[in-house]
Amino acid sequence: MTRPRPVYLDLVRIRLPLPGLVSILHRISGAALFLIGIPLLLLGLQSSLGSPESLASLRSMFDQPLVKLVLLGLVWAYLHHFCAGIRFLFLDVHRGIDLAPARRSSVVVLVVSLALTLLVGVRLW
Amino acid sequence: MKRHVVGAHYGLKDWVAQRITAVLMAVYTLLWLVIALVNRGIDEALWRTLFANEAFRVATLLFGLSLAWHAWIGMRDIWMDYIKPTALRFSLEIITVVVLVGYAVWLVEILWAPR
Repeated sequence: MTRPRPVYLDLVRIRLPLPGLVSILHRISGAALFLIGIPLLLLGLQSSLGSPESLASLRSMFDQPLVKLVLLGLVWAYLHHFCAGIRFLFLDVHRGIDLAPARRSSVVVLVVSLALTLLVGVRLW
Repeated sequence: MKRHVVGAHYGLKDWVAQRITAVLMAVYTLLWLVIALVNRGIDEALWRTLFANEAFRVATLLFGLSLAWHAWIGMRDIWMDYIKPTALRFSLEIITVVVLVGYAVWLVEILWAPR
């Protein structure tokens, strides 16, 4: 017996459950860290360990609001990727795999990474 | 029985590598957190002292290599999921590897640059 069931493969109509949201944000944050995060980190490390002039120019770059915003975005990406990654490690060993705890832990990941980002943001400004 | 071949045996090895490199990077991240907490922040002098330390450089290089390996597995998963034309996907995978190896070499240069 087959009942006709609605199939939504339209991304706009799919309502993503919270664990799904954490999952896709894990992927998006990972891609952002690869595309922007790693080169910026290397550039920053090189300037910070170089001559006093290169350190000074790095500092003045940090003072620009737009740069700070990008950095804050990357900080969020790192923190979300970190927290969601730890959650995935627990799921790997079958901890918190049921619906209710999985939903709870995804809320924790979203809230904690945003709160820590806010904390860094306050210190950055 | 018709069988669908979906991959080779590299799947499990990469899955394990992705997790081991993740744990290594997490430990390195927590090391920074401890250093920052113990010293109540990190100023320029401490920053330079840290990177003058050989053991810390090696730890940083291990972090960088873990990151490169981890990013390779993650980006390859993304290319495999979304880029269907084989030639384009293969090109993007090659570019990813070349870029990551370049980053690793650059990190060595930064860490062991004469100062």
